[in-house]
Amino acid sequence: MALFIQQVMNGIMLGSIYSLVALGLTLEYGILHIPNFAHGALYMVGAYLTFLLAASAGLNFWLSMGLAMIALAFIGMVVERLVYRPLMLESPLSSFITAIGLIFVFVDGALHIFGPDFKRFPPVHTQVIQVLGTTITLQRVLIVGITVSLIVLLHLFIKKTRVGSTIEATAQDREGAQLMGINVKRVRLMVFALGTALASAAAALVSPLHLVHPNMGGPVILKAFVIIILGGMGSIPGAILGGYIMGLVESLTGGYISTSYNEVFAFALLVGVLAVRPTGLFGGR
Amino acid sequence: MDKTARSGAPAWLAPLLVILIAGSLPLWITSRFYLHILIMCCIWGMAASSMNLLMGYTGQVNLAHGAFFGIGAYSAGLLILKVGMSFWPALLLACAITVIIAALIGPVALRTKGSYFAIGTMCFNVIVTMVIDSWEELTEGARGLLGIPRPPPIPLPFGLTISFQSLAANYYLALVSLLITLLIIHRIVRSMTGRTFMAVRSNEELSESLGIHAMRTKLISFLISTFFAAWAGVLYAAYIGFLNPEISDYHVTFELLIFCMIGGLGTLGGPLIGAVMLTIVSELLHGVAFPRLVAYGFLLILIMIFLRGGVMGGLKRVGVRRGR
Repeated sequence: MALFIQQVMNGIMLGSIYSLVALGLTLEYGILHIPNFAHGALYMVGAYLTFLLAASAGLNFWLSMGLAMIALAFIGMVVERLVYRPLMLESPLSSFITAIGLIFVFVDGALHIFGPDFKRFPPVHTQVIQVLGTTITLQRVLIVGITVSLIVLLHLFIKKTRVGSTIEATAQDREGAQLMGINVKRVRLMVFALGTALASAAAALVSPLHLVHPNMGGPVILKAFVIIILGGMGSIPGAILGGYIMGLVESLTGGYISTSYNEVFAFALLVGVLAVRPTGLFGGR
Repeated sequence: MDKTARSGAPAWLAPLLVILIAGSLPLWITSRFYLHILIMCCIWGMAASSMNLLMGYTGQVNLAHGAFFGIGAYSAGLLILKVGMSFWPALLLACAITVIIAALIGPVALRTKGSYFAIGTMCFNVIVTMVIDSWEELTEGARGLLGIPRPPPIPLPFGLTISFQSLAANYYLALVSLLITLLIIHRIVRSMTGRTFMAVRSNEELSESLGIHAMRTKLISFLISTFFAAWAGVLYAAYIGFLNPEISDYHVTFELLIFCMIGGLGTLGGPLIGAVMLTIVSELLHGVAFPRLVAYGFLLILIMIFLRGGVMGGLKRVGVRRGR
C-alpha cells in the first residue's frame, strides 16, 4: 500500500510537469497548428536560465524561476516572430522542419556553452512531509501546488481577460475570429509567450529533482505531443488530464512492472487509445 | 506537367542526363571517401523517396518511416547472420517481413487522420526502437549486429561474375535500386492509382464521394512506401555491415522528412535532391569550427523560410518566370 501511495504521489508530481508542458504545446499545436517540436528545447533553456540565476548568481529559487519565465516568454515571442510567422500560410510540415532546425540551434548551442555534463541544483526544499504513511519532500508538494495555481491563473486569464478571450475565440474559429477584428498575429505572439513561460516554469520546478542537461527536453516534448493527442488537439482540459494520466501510467508501470520499460507503456497507451478511438480520448466525432 | 518542354528541351532529357552523370561518376571519382558519400546519398535518397510516396503524394505524414527502414535493415541482418541466409533471398524476405508488419498496423493506424496519424505513428516508431533495444536475445540490443557481409558475387555466363567487394560495385547496386524506386514511383504517380492517391491527399471525404476507397488507397500507398524503405534499409545493413537500434530511431524519420521538405515534397526528384544536398552539406560541415549542428539548424530554418516548396519549388518558380 505504501508503495502504491508513493507511486501515485510520484505520478501526480510527474503529471504536473507534463501538464504544464502540454498546456503550452496544445495552444501552439492545437490552436495555431504549429508543430512546435522546439518547445522541449525552450523548456531546456528555461531550466538553464533558472539554474544560472539560482546557482551561479545566487538569487532566490522562486525569484529565479519567475525571471526565467519572463525571459522565456520573450524568447518565445521572438521565435514566433522570426521563425514561425513567415510560414504562417505554409503547411504545418514547413514549421515542423524549422522547429527541428531550432532544436539543433538550441541544443547544440547549449552543449557548446554549458558543456555536456549534468548540472545539479543546490537543494531547495528538502523538508520531508509524512503523508498516509509515506514520506515526500516539500519540493514535490510545491511542484503540484504551483502547477495547480498556474493552471488556475491560465484559466482565469483566458476566461476573464480580453486578451485571453481572443485566444479562445481563435481556438474556436480562426476565420471567424479574424472577421471579428481579432489580430491573429497578436494572438500567436501571446500564445507563444504563455506556452514558453509555462514550459520554463515546468523545467524550473523539476530541475532540483532531476538534473539539468542540454538534451533534457527531448523525452519531455515527445510525451507532450502524445499527451495533447491523447487529450484531443487544442483542448486545455484534455492537456491537463492527459498530463496526469501520462504521469500516473509512467510512475505506476515503473513501480510495478519495470523501470526500464515504463517509457514504452506511455507510448503504447496512445497507440492503444488511437486504435480504439482514432480521435483521442476527448476528441470530437 | 511539362515544364522542361516549355523551355524547349524534351521532358526525358534532364533525367537521362542525371542518370548518365550518376552512372559515370565512379569512372572519375576514385576517392573512397567520396564514393562512400555517393552510396549514402543513394540509400538516403531511396528512403526519402519512399517516404514521399505516402507523405507527398498521398498526404499521410507517417512518422514511423525510420522504423520501417530499421525493421528492413534488422530483418536482413538477422536473416544473414543468425539464419545464415545469403544476401539476395534475405533482401526479398526482409522486404516481405516489413510489408507484413506494415499490413498489420496499417489498417489500424490509417483510421486516424492528420496530426493523430502523425503522432500515433511517431509513438509506434519509439516503441519499435525500444523493442529492438531491449529484445537482446534476438537483436543483441545496444551492442548491435556486427559483421553483416557485403552481397555475394552474382555469377554470369561465360565465367564472369559481378562482385560487390569494391565500393564502385556497391555504388552501382545502390544506384540501380534508387533508379528502380524512382521509376516505379514515377509510373505509379502517372497512373490511375497515383491519381487516386492525390485525390485522397487533397480531400479524403470528397474522394470517397467519387467512389474512391480511401482506406484501401492509403493502405496501398503505405505498403509500397514501406517496401522501398525496407529495401533501402537492407542496402544500408549490407553496405555498413553494422546495425544498432539507433538506425530505427525517430531521428532517422525526422532526417528523412527534412530531406523531403528541403528538396520539395510531392515531387519526384525533390527527396533525392534534399538527401544528396544535405548529406553532402553535413559532410562538409564536419570541418567547420563553428558548432556544426547550430549551423545545420540555421540552414534548415533559412531554406524553409526563403525557399518555399524546397529546391523543386524554387526551380519551378524560376521555370515559370522563364516561360512567360
